[in-house]
Amino acid sequence: MARTELLQVEGLSLVVARTELEVVKNVSFSVAPGEIVGIVGESGSGKTLAARSIMALEPPATRRAGGSIRFEGKDLAQLPPRELRRLRGSRIGMVFQEPMTSLNPSMLIGRQLDEGLALHRDLDAKERRALILDMLRRVGIKDPEGALEAYPHQFSGGMRQRIMLASVMLLQPALLVADEPTTALDAVVQRDVLELMVELTRARGTAVLMISHDLSMVARYTDRIIVMCKGEIVEQGTTQDLLRQPRHPYTQKLLAAMPRRLPKRDLSTSVQPIVEVRDLVVEYRGRQGFFRKESGKRALHGVSLAIKPREVVALVGGSGSGKTTLGRAIAGLLDPAGGEIRFGGRSVRRGSEDWGNYRLNCQMVFQDPYSSLDPRMTIADLVREALRLVPEMGHREKVERVSEILHDVGLGDAFAGRYPHELSGGQRQRVAIARALVRRPAFVIADEPVSALDVTVRAQVLDLFADLQQRHGFSCLFISHDLGVVEQIADRVIVMQDGRIVEEGDRDTIFDQPQDPYTIKLLSAIPALEAAANGGVRLRWRFDDMPQGDVATA
Amino acid sequence: MRFAAPNAILGGLIIGVLGVCALFGALWTPFDPLKINFAARLQPPGPVYWLGTDEFGRDVLSRLMTAAATSVWISLLTVTAAVSAGTVIGMLTGYLRGWTDRILMAFNDALLAFPGILLALGLLAVMGANKYGIILALGLAYTPSVARVVRGTVLSLREKEYVDASRVMGNSEAYTMARHILPNCIAPLTVLATSMFGWVLLAESALSFLGLGVPPPAPTWGNMLASSRSFITQAVWLGIFPGLCISLTLLGINLLGDALRDKLDPRMRGV
Repeated sequence: MARTELLQVEGLSLVVARTELEVVKNVSFSVAPGEIVGIVGESGSGKTLAARSIMALEPPATRRAGGSIRFEGKDLAQLPPRELRRLRGSRIGMVFQEPMTSLNPSMLIGRQLDEGLALHRDLDAKERRALILDMLRRVGIKDPEGALEAYPHQFSGGMRQRIMLASVMLLQPALLVADEPTTALDAVVQRDVLELMVELTRARGTAVLMISHDLSMVARYTDRIIVMCKGEIVEQGTTQDLLRQPRHPYTQKLLAAMPRRLPKRDLSTSVQPIVEVRDLVVEYRGRQGFFRKESGKRALHGVSLAIKPREVVALVGGSGSGKTTLGRAIAGLLDPAGGEIRFGGRSVRRGSEDWGNYRLNCQMVFQDPYSSLDPRMTIADLVREALRLVPEMGHREKVERVSEILHDVGLGDAFAGRYPHELSGGQRQRVAIARALVRRPAFVIADEPVSALDVTVRAQVLDLFADLQQRHGFSCLFISHDLGVVEQIADRVIVMQDGRIVEEGDRDTIFDQPQDPYTIKLLSAIPALEAAANGGVRLRWRFDDMPQGDVATA
Repeated sequence: MRFAAPNAILGGLIIGVLGVCALFGALWTPFDPLKINFAARLQPPGPVYWLGTDEFGRDVLSRLMTAAATSVWISLLTVTAAVSAGTVIGMLTGYLRGWTDRILMAFNDALLAFPGILLALGLLAVMGANKYGIILALGLAYTPSVARVVRGTVLSLREKEYVDASRVMGNSEAYTMARHILPNCIAPLTVLATSMFGWVLLAESALSFLGLGVPPPAPTWGNMLASSRSFITQAVWLGIFPGLCISLTLLGINLLGDALRDKLDPRMRGV
């Protein structure tokens, strides 16, 4: 190889110690100085394990079965622990996924940032402080002096990830390992943090190994991409080649799983909306104790929307925008403080005359397939429970209907007697969809139904949902923070921010001519996809001020 | 279970032997546990009296077996009472929240702050010592901790999406509680009930030891231990065997409780 590699992993294999199950199989890759490399794979692909073993941070249950990791020419396995510790932090930095837990909650930010510097650099306290303040300023902390004396919980997730980044970059490592650095963050915040990370590492010539399940995100910032599947590297190459001409079927599958816009659907031009929400206000009451009363918080400030029959309306916004609150209020899980919900032209309210009918016709699919199914019930019981209150159905009819809907969602009778913990996330979400649809509701609220799923599973579940929506013809309020998914499935889009609707329009208008600055910000975080021949894609970034219109070449 | 833990086996064995003794003791004993025989006072363990005799010449083994029956019966009833009452309170407070929660829990916490044995002592002093007095007193003393555990579990369960899903289906609150919340409380409850059985047994022995338990001449491990004190220099077996019974039983229950917790933890259930 002509170039001098910073990191060279060769034939790395990891096994789970007890079962001898190989979780990372013969993995070889390298990172050149200053290069940004992405490792992409779904859960269970071994991408995190492979990256962690660079820092010798693999979990104790695993054992290295073979291979070598050379960093700056030195074999890390041969290094004495002392030397290894010196490398960690000072030459190789790591940013973890969860900003809520990667900073010590009981330590002042200043102390935490100082820890690494004091350990690895020969500087006095004053010089360290100057460096820290400078770095905090560079990562965009508004009041760096104040931040030194603050605790992690006083910052938002995005700010914490910036601080984490600052603490790693302070030591000017030669390699930064970022394990899903922004997965826990909002789309908009995610983009800011990543941009900052790329900018900082470029300025210092730090190489980055970025691990993520999100191919489009990785594609945007990396020079090269490594695709992992079931512990093996299935393909690696420059980002551009990999996207344009994927060779391995799994890469093609990943690319095909990226959400893309489908042709506009022709909906009947019925003017009468099936569900209408008028000036809905939701307030969360403050805590009430024996001796004090905290003031509440208004989560929705008079929101109005209308959904026509057969229409899929997407509700998008960042965390805290009130989109989930709105969904829960419409589903009757929250009592609104004001406003009105109308179903089929009649006002409904918990306890009102038409509530029962609405209850039977409005169903919900929840976000987390691990918490939305009662672990003590079988799949068939779970789905049949939804029919419990349908008065005119006999037991046989119900059993038949359950079997039918289980077939519809692609599970079949084989799953009927199983328990949720025996199912994968995607299968569980299929059960949740079956449960919502088995009553044949006229209106379904789907609260982030695919955001907890792996990329390829997400694509399948999304297709299934769209297909069922076509066939059963229910109206849908689709709540999501992921504009890519929304672009694929929605007829109309409503954008929310801080408990208010900021923009509303049909899908093509919102995606092609957004008006509100917040919508533009949301859209700039996702790529527009153009399919190329042989399963490849071209990514176009909207409103990108960086000269990265096409995928950058190194 | 794939890995039958040695804990579970040992614990199960001890509790099994106790159970058999208790059942046996209720029906048949080698000698009449109450029969006084001054000719055979303070006999050391031997071929006739396997575990020796006490100061009145009563057979220690027979008395231990009868006492086991009494203790197990009292503990079982007490735990059942405490778990039932505590579950109802815990479910109500955890699910309804609001003022129900605040008032009931304030009362609950006040009771919890009282050492259980002290509370039972006070109640027994008022009501007089007998079997049902003990059950009532100990039951009341142990209800608050059950209520706490159930309330905590319910609080976390009611945030689960499947509870929301049940409400979206139109199920009533009562149905949701019975169908989705109560069954999911059973795992922590089982573990708690197991260890509580041990506490109650110990508390009952302690009360008997203090002379506030089942009134003599009916034997209990506690009052046997108490009366052995005066003869400790002459007849050490009088104290050793009841003490051993109490310790072994507690050990067995704790081992079994640990094993149960491991088994019922959903993360250990696996695929």
